[in-house]
Amino acid sequence: MSWFKRIKGGITTSTKEKKETPEGLWYRCGKCKKMISTTEHAEALYVCAHCDYHERIGSREYFGILFDDEPTEINASLLAGDPLGFVDTKSYADRLVNSRKKTGLNDSIRTAYGKVDGHDLMVACMDFTFIGGSMGAVMGEKIARAIDHCIENRLPLLIISKSGGARMMEAAFSLMQMAKVSAKLTLLSDAGIPYVSLMTDPTTGGVTASFAMLGDFNIAEPGALIGFAGPRVVKETIKKDLPKGFQTSEFLLEHGFLDFIIHRKELKSRLSLLLELMKG
Amino acid sequence: MSTKNLLDFEKPLEELQEQLEKAIQIGSKGKVNTEKLIKELERKIEATKKELYANLSPWEKVQVSRHPERPYTLQYIEAITEGQFIQQFGDRQVKDDKAMVGGFGKVDGRTIMFIGQQKGVNTKMRQYRNFGMANPEGYRKALRLMKLAEKFGKPVVSLIDTPGAYPGLEAEERGQGEAIARNLFEMARLRVPVLCIIIGEGASGGALGIGIGDRILMLENTWYSVISPESCSSILWRNWDNKEKAAEALKLTARDMLRLKLIDGIIKEPAGGAHRNREKMFKVLKTEILKQLNDLTGTDPSELVRQRIGKFCSMGVYSEKE
Repeated sequence: MSWFKRIKGGITTSTKEKKETPEGLWYRCGKCKKMISTTEHAEALYVCAHCDYHERIGSREYFGILFDDEPTEINASLLAGDPLGFVDTKSYADRLVNSRKKTGLNDSIRTAYGKVDGHDLMVACMDFTFIGGSMGAVMGEKIARAIDHCIENRLPLLIISKSGGARMMEAAFSLMQMAKVSAKLTLLSDAGIPYVSLMTDPTTGGVTASFAMLGDFNIAEPGALIGFAGPRVVKETIKKDLPKGFQTSEFLLEHGFLDFIIHRKELKSRLSLLLELMKG
Repeated sequence: MSTKNLLDFEKPLEELQEQLEKAIQIGSKGKVNTEKLIKELERKIEATKKELYANLSPWEKVQVSRHPERPYTLQYIEAITEGQFIQQFGDRQVKDDKAMVGGFGKVDGRTIMFIGQQKGVNTKMRQYRNFGMANPEGYRKALRLMKLAEKFGKPVVSLIDTPGAYPGLEAEERGQGEAIARNLFEMARLRVPVLCIIIGEGASGGALGIGIGDRILMLENTWYSVISPESCSSILWRNWDNKEKAAEALKLTARDMLRLKLIDGIIKEPAGGAHRNREKMFKVLKTEILKQLNDLTGTDPSELVRQRIGKFCSMGVYSEKE
């Protein structure tokens, strides 16, 4: 007789009863693990119909959600350099080549302008799939140029953050991008042009400790991880378990660091109202 | 100088040091004349020190930057102002952060706002100072003082020495990210000269949070980067054993940072590091501060801000494919 009794079911399913699901037809929620068809999931703007989990999406999806028509991308051809010749377990140069191949992107951010319900808007949106959305010189320069464009053409700016923070392989260059973008934002501020910072899952490190927290409007998607230090580091520091909901959007709203939380399906309409309010 | 607190790479000094102590001891008994030997040993120690310190590896420099006998911010301020310094406390919102200090001081007849992280000199004080890791209140205190300097048209000197901004629970609750971000933004447009000097460790956002200025200088044996070599090793190599390699790869020494045009200059330390001759170090720093502030004074505030923003905007390496 076994001394251990199975409590959980489902792992004793015999092979012939197991179901095969073809790739690409179904989406399995990362949080509640329930299934939904990929088409339905896309129609729901990649938000789980069961538990409201906001799936991580990239610049292509956000541009599609926000802009009325195909936007005009700027500075798409900026490529990262490797000023330090950085090598850890892999060389940075190889990492860049692989990431470009894998994602079809040139770096971890894209900048484009277009119309949102008829309102002009510049959007700088990060792609987490490209080295964790990490901030290197390309991100700094693309945002800086986007800000220049905003000032010249009097366009409001939206930055959609989704990043683990600084790109270690660019070391101090990466650190200085925090300074660079923050400095540029003073010019946008002087010009009286609104800047909306949308924080999505995850927004941490140097991105949080610079431009992401500097919006005239700091907003976030529900349930996003937002913080300076990552939860693992905080846990190691205080040597205690973290309270439930620590460093989520809701936690930040409660502590006074967000203007509001926005569900993805309301993102466009609320943003266009905000742009309308800033006009009058 | 005693043999305690010698760093690993300083081992060649240990033996000479011991010989010297013995020679002095024997000499003091008066039976043998050791004067000549003592002189010879002292000369040897000096030469060895010079040689060792001329060829430090990046990791060795990191160790020197953390040397427990190195002078810290308040010691520099007290020495440079010759006591004409009034420390100010509190961020006017939550509390006083002991890891960040600041206040007006007088140097050669000139009023300067000093700010900087403060480390503790012994175990008890290290805890009191939270190892030089500021909470949001620290950054907000620093900003309050910088705004005060701006109001009265006084230049700001920021002395940076931190292993990072504190990654604690309350720090997150009170907006560590926002506090640092706000400082970057406000320092970029501060309408008085700002001089930033790395006097020890310059770790990441915690250092940058008081590190936006018209001139950024580093003491010779300090480091400045996006992450400490230990954390870099643990993230990229997934263990703590590659800190030497990480220190190498990060290009975090003053010499590297100057070569990469991310800082504006290096301040030389006395032979064997700042801690071996504090008085000399204080003097050198004072001279450098006055020289830099003289250069910056007189520039129109708007022009100063324009140049400062331009300086940071030029940082970054990228290419543009056709």
